Amino acid sequence: MTKPTTTSGNIGLQIEQALIFELNTSGSTAVDLPAAPKVRTRLGNLKNDKPIGLPGLSEPEVVRHYTRLSQKNYSIDTGFYPLGSCTMKHNPRLNEKMARLPGLADIHPFQPESTAQGAYELIDTLAHWLKTLTGMPAVAMSPAAGAHGELCGLMCIRAAHEANGQGARKTILVPESAHGTNPATAALCGYQVESVPATADGHVDVAALKAKLGPTVAAVMITNPNTCGLFETECIAIADAVHAAGAYFYMDGANFNALVGRVRIADLGVDAMHINLHKTFSTPHGGGGPGAGPTVLSKALADYAPVPFVVHDGKKFMVEEHAGFGAAAKSYGRMKGFQGQFGVFVRALSYILAMGADGLRQASGDAVLNANYLRARLSAELTPAFKGICMHEVVFDDEWLKGTGVTTLDVAKALIDEGFHPMTMYFPLVVHGALLMEPTETESKSTLDQFIASLLALARKAKQGDQAEWFKGAPYLAPRRRLDETRAARKPILRWQPVEAAAPVAKQAAE
Amino acid sequence: MGQLRFTKDHEWVLVEGNTATVGITTYAQGQLGDIVFVEVPAAGKDLKAGSEAAVVESVKAASDVYAPITGAVTEGNALLPDAPETVNTDPQGAGWFFKMTIANPAEVEALMDQAAYDKYLAEIG
Repeated sequence: MTKPTTTSGNIGLQIEQALIFELNTSGSTAVDLPAAPKVRTRLGNLKNDKPIGLPGLSEPEVVRHYTRLSQKNYSIDTGFYPLGSCTMKHNPRLNEKMARLPGLADIHPFQPESTAQGAYELIDTLAHWLKTLTGMPAVAMSPAAGAHGELCGLMCIRAAHEANGQGARKTILVPESAHGTNPATAALCGYQVESVPATADGHVDVAALKAKLGPTVAAVMITNPNTCGLFETECIAIADAVHAAGAYFYMDGANFNALVGRVRIADLGVDAMHINLHKTFSTPHGGGGPGAGPTVLSKALADYAPVPFVVHDGKKFMVEEHAGFGAAAKSYGRMKGFQGQFGVFVRALSYILAMGADGLRQASGDAVLNANYLRARLSAELTPAFKGICMHEVVFDDEWLKGTGVTTLDVAKALIDEGFHPMTMYFPLVVHGALLMEPTETESKSTLDQFIASLLALARKAKQGDQAEWFKGAPYLAPRRRLDETRAARKPILRWQPVEAAAPVAKQAAE
Repeated sequence: MGQLRFTKDHEWVLVEGNTATVGITTYAQGQLGDIVFVEVPAAGKDLKAGSEAAVVESVKAASDVYAPITGAVTEGNALLPDAPETVNTDPQGAGWFFKMTIANPAEVEALMDQAAYDKYLAEIG
């Protein structure tokens, strides 16, 4: 049962809303346009012989339709969003105010350089702080998102290998605890992916990794902190071994929010790392806006960075546009039009300058503290997948559900009734029935306490026994009950189609 | 009735003459949950023992299916791309993934038999 049971279909003030095409009242319109003038058609014999299918609605109907849809959206502005590995942190409104300044919002990438000096300075200043925060000598600003930044890093690595006569290196090593985008990026870049196992305590198996290093390995990609929420403590030893084998060390920086102001990435021996500005530096994401994935580069890779990039000649900012010339002599080329996601740059720099060095350092500390607060208190009923403290996210396995008939999925669905967006489920794959939670520094203790109380109550209910049926029915209070995810994946309906009754209308129009 | 063997990655191998039929076990499909997508290898593809051979995706996760032995694919199960649920309903029968040649019979011998696999399941249980 997925439909509400009221006569109207509404639940309280949550209004049931049909698709806009189903609301069609032929002839209704929000605007009163003059009749189209009769003119000679220049389309030859091509005539529109049936209605094009746009729905007819009045203005209040349209306004209500989209307002109601927007109210069905759950976002970080609505409530706690503990989705793991996503860093769903607050986007300060100051960021938005800065991004809307006319001088930043209304510029165009084709403007003459002399009229966009402020924008170039902004990009250069953000690049400066990203380099300072990571200790890395260079950064490619143009990648449009995290995985795009990974691709940028691997393309720099490939270009460096080719320039050094090492083009035969065709393998990338990726641990099981890496982000799923890592092997995907390596494959897209034309590399063979080899998996490196994790140890029982959730870290990269360094001995297994070293055993796989050799003359065919181009790079190793390591997510740090990894998707088990753990800091890879052997990073320096890994980097040394990787470099000794002639390969490069890529670090996935999606979880940089745990490290800002505390770890200098350069000190770990990293050659390339992307930074998700839309996670760590607070710009909106998750259906809320574009990302940006600037990639910091070591000295060994810096020369291969993609164009365009901003340079300063001592008097003014300029853009290096063409690979093969000047400062871009060794650049591997262009991977994105224009400068990157400029609007995201404005927000990220706004965040960095508003927080200051002390604020950034406190944010990463609070993010780790919050995750450990969840770990410590939820351990009363749930089973942590790994011993000891975690970083910015905490993962539980489903050992505590054993014998209850209740699954990780059921718990997540029941959390919806409690008013929380569920955590990440069944990821990382190395943890059985994983529940992965990342509270970020955004959440107050009172929010975390409310979440903890809800989840512990559900855990106790599950353990009472005979509750499997109740859990299978959750959520009970959401606009929709349990959705049939299997059928949605196997037989997806991807677009609305008119019912057959529309046929006579088309015929009439043709006559 | 041929010889049935199992891998630690929960693939089964049924050896009949010179052909091995490969699929995932009842236990594996139960762990994956409802299977929504299957990609099987095309005939002629050379496989090395332990290499990625097929892809199986459930509502929970996407996983690789590894070649249990070395050989060449002779047939992918054409039923699965359109009816992935067969892997749930009949994992060790109609839900087979692919058939392959057997380059080295000793590799088959090294795999677990039913009793050893049952014991393995009890251990990881």
